[in-house]
Amino acid sequence: MTSLPNNSATKRLGLVIDLDTCVGCHACAVNCKEWNAGGHMAPLTDIDPYGAEPEGVWFNRVHAYEAGDRKTGRTVHFPRSCLHCAEPQCVTVCPTGASYKRAEDGIVLVDEDKCIGCKLCSWACPYGAREYDSHSGVMKKCTLCIDRIYNEALPENERIPACVATCPTSARHFGDLGDPNSDVSQLVAARGGYDLAEELGYQPTNKYLPPRPKRESQSQPANEEPSSGLLRWVDRLLSS
Amino acid sequence: MNPSYSVIFFTTASGFGYGLAFWLLILDSSNFPQDRWLSGVGLALALAAITSGLLASTLHLGQPSRAWRAFTQWRSSWLSREGIAAVVSVAMIGLAWLGAIAGMTGTLLNAVAWLGIVAAIITVLCTGMIYQSLKPIAAWRSSLTTPIYLIYSCLTGAFGTAALMSLFNGDGSLAAVIALISALILIAMKMAYWRRASQVVHLTPESATGLGKIGKVQQLEGPHTTGNFVSKEMGFRIARKHADKLRKIVLLGGLSAPALLGFLGVLDNGLAAVFWTIATVLSIGGAVVERWLFFAEAKHAVSAFYGD
Ligand code: SF4
Ligand code: SF4
Ligand code: SF4
Repeated sequence: MTSLPNNSATKRLGLVIDLDTCVGCHACAVNCKEWNAGGHMAPLTDIDPYGAEPEGVWFNRVHAYEAGDRKTGRTVHFPRSCLHCAEPQCVTVCPTGASYKRAEDGIVLVDEDKCIGCKLCSWACPYGAREYDSHSGVMKKCTLCIDRIYNEALPENERIPACVATCPTSARHFGDLGDPNSDVSQLVAARGGYDLAEELGYQPTNKYLPPRPKRESQSQPANEEPSSGLLRWVDRLLSS
Repeated sequence: MNPSYSVIFFTTASGFGYGLAFWLLILDSSNFPQDRWLSGVGLALALAAITSGLLASTLHLGQPSRAWRAFTQWRSSWLSREGIAAVVSVAMIGLAWLGAIAGMTGTLLNAVAWLGIVAAIITVLCTGMIYQSLKPIAAWRSSLTTPIYLIYSCLTGAFGTAALMSLFNGDGSLAAVIALISALILIAMKMAYWRRASQVVHLTPESATGLGKIGKVQQLEGPHTTGNFVSKEMGFRIARKHADKLRKIVLLGGLSAPALLGFLGVLDNGLAAVFWTIATVLSIGGAVVERWLFFAEAKHAVSAFYGD
């Protein structure tokens, strides 16, 4: 059913991405590819992988932006994957029922056995989160690692998405954003986490934490005149 | 948006077919069929245009063999509604055609013809709504999008009807006048559509990423070095370069010229068949260019994440 579940699920699983700590290493994108190439939505087909124009299906893409310029400007690394929206038009436009939003946890998935590859859902996603697999003839997207987070064959501390598990700077967090007391919700509240392209009305579940304000003094060279103590004494001695 | 040829062919060919069937049936609706030959040949042409369009649209699917699944989600999806309406209209128009060539008449056949008329309108309406309802494409979210699809179908179909009627020694003047009026309405509508499209508010790199608070946002490095599905399907730039010329071709060659030919045919009934046939071809050609622009000029919200 491509109509949205009407229980406005209390449980809303998703990611929180910290734009302050992300260093743009692409480890999340690579581990996402690695896990999912054998996971729920496998294969993640590559075309011309060793040739001049390699391309393929990825669920997670990392942009690098320059925001502002000169003193106030900064580089921001920006991972982009499915936001598991509360009002996802990608689901309602699907003619076959292949795209659906789970009532129990809000995860948006594609049933590959029903998808006819019409690509309309990718047009309906403003975030570019869906990538068509021309080899399988069906649409693919982030599964929120559904085959990890509920996987009882994995030790409990590994039941988190592959991208979250691998991030070397802990810039990605996973949890229930429908519960105001969860760690992720607290983090979003504390850091002023926000929705991407809020004006389009998709009500994304995933949140982005803004870069912290820049601290000016850090970028100045150290003061050349020691003001007190031993260093000042040495300075005087040598200057005389 | 990448203007895919199968979608352009589908919307223009079946749009023409639905329009043709619509006018042939409605001008005959008091007692269908009044002219067995006209209905037989005309509806066959309409069915050929519709089904070749539908076939093209099925072939561009990744998994055409599962196409039947597209009939299931009519509660939420305009594409699903379009699929159902398309099949019903083809069935009804097909039955009307069979009845006409078999020499049948009567209430039942009339009822079938009427169902075909209604289903044809609903199908084209659904086609327009598929595009008009897409939130990430600001230019398409215009209340003119669906009416333009409907009137384009009306225009090409009415010229086709006028040409066929005059070929079968009938009087196609009424259909030609309808086509002429449709062309004039479309000129006004397309100009209004383009004016609005130049003013719509798009997502920007600043608003999309939320980094606008820091300052101007530029993409320093893209997430992939070669293209990917998203950048190929949603990004398209060539159109913006040629847009002005192509718009003139639509307005002059695709709408004004056929309108003039429609008028000349009404004045000179001897040459009407020639004028109206040329008008049909020109207006369909114009529809192809208009459709190409409709896709190629449309900017998808995801472009903002790529710094555009
Ligand atoms: S990010 Fe795109 S694909 Fe994911 S739920 Fe939202 S609209 Fe759908
Ligand atoms: S590509 Fe597949 S999942 Fe997407 S709208 Fe079409 S049928 Fe549904
Ligand atoms: S949650 Fe899983 S599928 Fe989604 S981006 Fe992360 S690793 Fe990829």
